[in-house]
Amino acid sequence: MRVFRDTWLIFERSLVLSLRNPVWVIMGILQPILYLLLFGPLLTNIAKMPGFPPGGAFNVFVPGLLVMTALFGSAFVGFGLCDELREGVVERMTVTPMSRVAMLVGRSMRDVVLLLAQGLILVLLAVPFGLEINLGGVAVAFLMLALIGIMMSPVSYTLALVLKSEDSLAPVVNGISLPLLLLSGVMLPMSLAPDWLQTVAKFNPLYHAVAAIRALFNASFGDGEIVLGVVLLIVLAVATIAIGARSFSRAAA
Amino acid sequence: MSAQPGAGPVIETVGLRRTFKGRGGTVEAVAGVDLSVAAGDIFGFLGPNGAGKTTTLRILATLLPPTAGTACVAGFDVAREAREVRTRIGYVAQSGGSYRESTGREELVIQGRLFGMSKADAGVRAVEILEALDLAEAADRTCATYSGGMRRRLNIGIGMVHRPALLFLDEPTTGLDPQARARLWEEIRKLRETGTTVFLTTHYLEEADALCDRLAIIDHSRIVAEGSPTELKHEISGDVLTIGVNGHGDEVVKLLAAQPFVREAGMEDGLVRLFVDRGEEAVPAVLRLLDAKGLAPSTMNLHRPSLDDVFLKKTGRSLRESAA
Repeated sequence: MRVFRDTWLIFERSLVLSLRNPVWVIMGILQPILYLLLFGPLLTNIAKMPGFPPGGAFNVFVPGLLVMTALFGSAFVGFGLCDELREGVVERMTVTPMSRVAMLVGRSMRDVVLLLAQGLILVLLAVPFGLEINLGGVAVAFLMLALIGIMMSPVSYTLALVLKSEDSLAPVVNGISLPLLLLSGVMLPMSLAPDWLQTVAKFNPLYHAVAAIRALFNASFGDGEIVLGVVLLIVLAVATIAIGARSFSRAAA
Repeated sequence: MSAQPGAGPVIETVGLRRTFKGRGGTVEAVAGVDLSVAAGDIFGFLGPNGAGKTTTLRILATLLPPTAGTACVAGFDVAREAREVRTRIGYVAQSGGSYRESTGREELVIQGRLFGMSKADAGVRAVEILEALDLAEAADRTCATYSGGMRRRLNIGIGMVHRPALLFLDEPTTGLDPQARARLWEEIRKLRETGTTVFLTTHYLEEADALCDRLAIIDHSRIVAEGSPTELKHEISGDVLTIGVNGHGDEVVKLLAAQPFVREAGMEDGLVRLFVDRGEEAVPAVLRLLDAKGLAPSTMNLHRPSLDDVFLKKTGRSLRESAA
């Protein structure tokens, strides 16, 4: 099938380009590592407070950091696309018979591979700090991280195709990702938040993703947040891919 | 697969229109363009910036649907059969197409593969193009290290990977130094030898004149003239003959203005200026006439009218001024 072949070609090309100039990849992993080293230890005392979820400081904090890495690893991917748009790469490929879906999905796959690699480094670094791991749970957690990437990168690419420049893209992406991050309970669990804030957070898919990944790290497989989180991310990912692929086929016009 | 030479035009548009909605209302970028481009020609689309050249090109390359009218490219309708058109054309945008951080070889290979070639075939074809365009040594360097001319050659190479019957070039030499421009002209002429039809836009008169078999002049979204460069120039003003006459100006003008082959005669800067249909026939005739009256000229100079004269006549202003 043409779409699979083209997707692979774009994936391969994008990955080679990312690894050739890995500044973004390194930046993307450096930030959560700094949080892990310089912010994580603060939580060990707070973890004893009433209302703090079960599992210990790092089993609460690392899932949040993973979601943050996935969010930032996919929300800013449009910047690279702006560069390709300016150099006419997208237009040139639009005038080939290649699949429009592949233009999007090939790039999103690259983003997912990179953010999973970043997540893996983060988990391995966190184990000496006291992170407890359940292998099956971590596997499902990484699937959810991939889904976050698949959901968010099309949003970023679509915005890039519309706005076309890094200068216009930056405030929009920040304006979307910051509230998503703050309302997901990444830094501190939302169970510490006042009721109204908890209510608002429940409309944020990433809130459920964080809750689900925490449950997965704690091997609490009966937690309803896991199914809710996975289903929510799949539905949203399908929607954003549909919108993103449409934007690519209209990009030229 | 490709259009057969002589099997009708490679590009045919009828009443092509494209409007854009802007803040100040609707802007008509292309206002009823009828074009016909024969297979194997280098066809030039000449006009000042903003005349509608790029919009027309983007419609023909399936990047932009027309608001009205039809365009048939390589035998298929650009709006309804875009995919069929895309497999048969190459398109090189003004913005280029090669990525700064990719190597020349990588760009050629992936382009070939996106057109369905196997990895091996695409690799062989990439080497072929790199050698033909004298880029073999730079093949594995990133495009960021290429000179302007090299990058332009690579972009054209990318457009040719799948051996299209028709190649679109949007302002191929804009911004290049004269040497790189001459080099690129050579490459474009070579394409004609392989039977490829080339449709290019330009705002350089010299380029249209030097390169194109036929051209259309577009101004304010409309085609104002079409033909071969020679036809166009001939249609406008024939040739221009200036004669140095040693103070017998009025007498000479009076004598020559009465001749049937002279369209117009006048004095300018101490020289007699004649507009004639065919300069090469007018020169000996003028010499004979002046000799017979003992009015031997001191100098004679025959000019071909330039495309700028054509543009001036058709639009009321000079293209050089419009482009500035």
